[in-house]
Amino acid sequence: MELLWDGYIEPLVWIVAKILAIVVPLLVAVAYLTYAERKVIGAIQLRKGPNVVGPFGLLQPLADGLKLFLKETIIPTSANKGVFIIAPMLTFILAIIAWAVIPFDEGMVLADLNVGILYLFAISSLGVYGIVMAGWASNSKYAFLGALRSGAQMVSYEISIGLIIISVLLTTGSLNLSDIVRGQIGGVWEWNFIYHFPMFIVFIVSILAETNRAPFDLPEAEAELVSGYNVDYSAMTFALFFLGEYANMILMSGLCAVLFLGGWTAPLPFLDFIPGAIWFILKICFVLFIFLWVRATFPRYRYDQLMRLGWKIFLPLSFAWVMLVATFLVVFDKVPA
Amino acid sequence: MVVQALAFYLFATIAVLSATAVVTVRNPVHSVLLLILTFFNAAGLFVLLGAEFLAMLLVVVYVGAVAVLFLFVVMMLDINFVEMRQGFLNYLPIGVLIAVVLFVELAFVGAGWTLTDEAVAVLAQPTPAGVGNVEALGRLIYTDYAYIFQSAGLVLLVAMIGAIVLTLRHREGVRRQKISEQVKRTRADTLEIKKVPVGRGI
Repeated sequence: MELLWDGYIEPLVWIVAKILAIVVPLLVAVAYLTYAERKVIGAIQLRKGPNVVGPFGLLQPLADGLKLFLKETIIPTSANKGVFIIAPMLTFILAIIAWAVIPFDEGMVLADLNVGILYLFAISSLGVYGIVMAGWASNSKYAFLGALRSGAQMVSYEISIGLIIISVLLTTGSLNLSDIVRGQIGGVWEWNFIYHFPMFIVFIVSILAETNRAPFDLPEAEAELVSGYNVDYSAMTFALFFLGEYANMILMSGLCAVLFLGGWTAPLPFLDFIPGAIWFILKICFVLFIFLWVRATFPRYRYDQLMRLGWKIFLPLSFAWVMLVATFLVVFDKVPA
Repeated sequence: MVVQALAFYLFATIAVLSATAVVTVRNPVHSVLLLILTFFNAAGLFVLLGAEFLAMLLVVVYVGAVAVLFLFVVMMLDINFVEMRQGFLNYLPIGVLIAVVLFVELAFVGAGWTLTDEAVAVLAQPTPAGVGNVEALGRLIYTDYAYIFQSAGLVLLVAMIGAIVLTLRHREGVRRQKISEQVKRTRADTLEIKKVPVGRGI
């Protein structure tokens, strides 16, 4: 009995507690990201944004969530029911489980995998299934077209993201996310975005495309596809897509912070007394602000322009950068051990 | 170890069941989705073996890229399921024959397989002690088997170029956006300012 408690149940309780400690704040963050988005875009367009529900409209995301929760879930009669229901769940689960390897502070990580960055890459490459399955199962032309676009877009930009990650890994010498951050300790001038500055820009643009955000939100182009792959979804099934998309945005911002902005490290050494998790969250907020800023600023790309940018510009550019970094490291004998 | 054993049986059972379902379900899209589930469970088995790098690679390459393209193709096919079933009995003998041949071959391999003591010792630890998974694999393919690895890469490159050459088609009369030309355009190319005499026109 004691063995059962010490060996199995206690670790299980601990892991569940840790998972809840990550997931619950994440879901709250997702809710308030939608609020922040409307406020930021409102400010950019000289409007007020949501300001009716609660002080400064702070309860607006809760009201929205409640509305979606109380609505009726409609499953179209011609839909492929099983796949139709699994698709939003898959999107949501994938957006959540990727957080297992993100290091919030020194040692503050659920699973310190040696292949952490590959795990993240693998999970984000699965994200396309939720969308493609939703588009196919809805049995509607608009949803299907949206899913096809989205699939092609995510597969294309994943390649350049992968190459950018490789060039960062070359300078770090480890696939462990905590080690990648440890390689950037010592202030803002040690952070990767200085050494990989062109790739930092390409990465930001690529994660916009990877998360289907404006100006690359073609999968849900409301003007032509009446909102794309999720047009037939309602109530909680729709909410899961929505939550998944925003959780993915936060995840990609976190990945950007880990790879380029020094993760939990302070920008100046004398600011080390502030806990690392706070720095990490601030960096995530910074990248998220770029997401919102771009959405309010740029018009939507045309589909062929999107593909041209991904395949003809970003792919060769990131390839060249990998070559350059590798050559530099070998010639100047700086290959990390 | 109980947890590992349970995880193994979970992954193995789902892998076998979904692999069986791949060939038995009627809808080809369901087949592909189940195939993906099979890949995923195979990746789980790799993790249990201690080959986490291979597991992640399996997910990234097969599940994340190959199966997506596969799913695309299958989704867009307009298949009549009833018609597809009609030739089933005609092809059954050949199919069974191939299956029997493959099975016999596998049985021979399995029966003739003996493990030396060294191999058994290696089985217990997938990578040399103190070396990470990625590093161990890197040492193998970039030092011991560098030439074979490079030639495999060359074969893939040739295959890729071949596929592009075979499918590349230049259609006449297609208007494409040439961004370099648009950028190079100056005011002199597009605008001409004329003084129009009053009452005469151009």
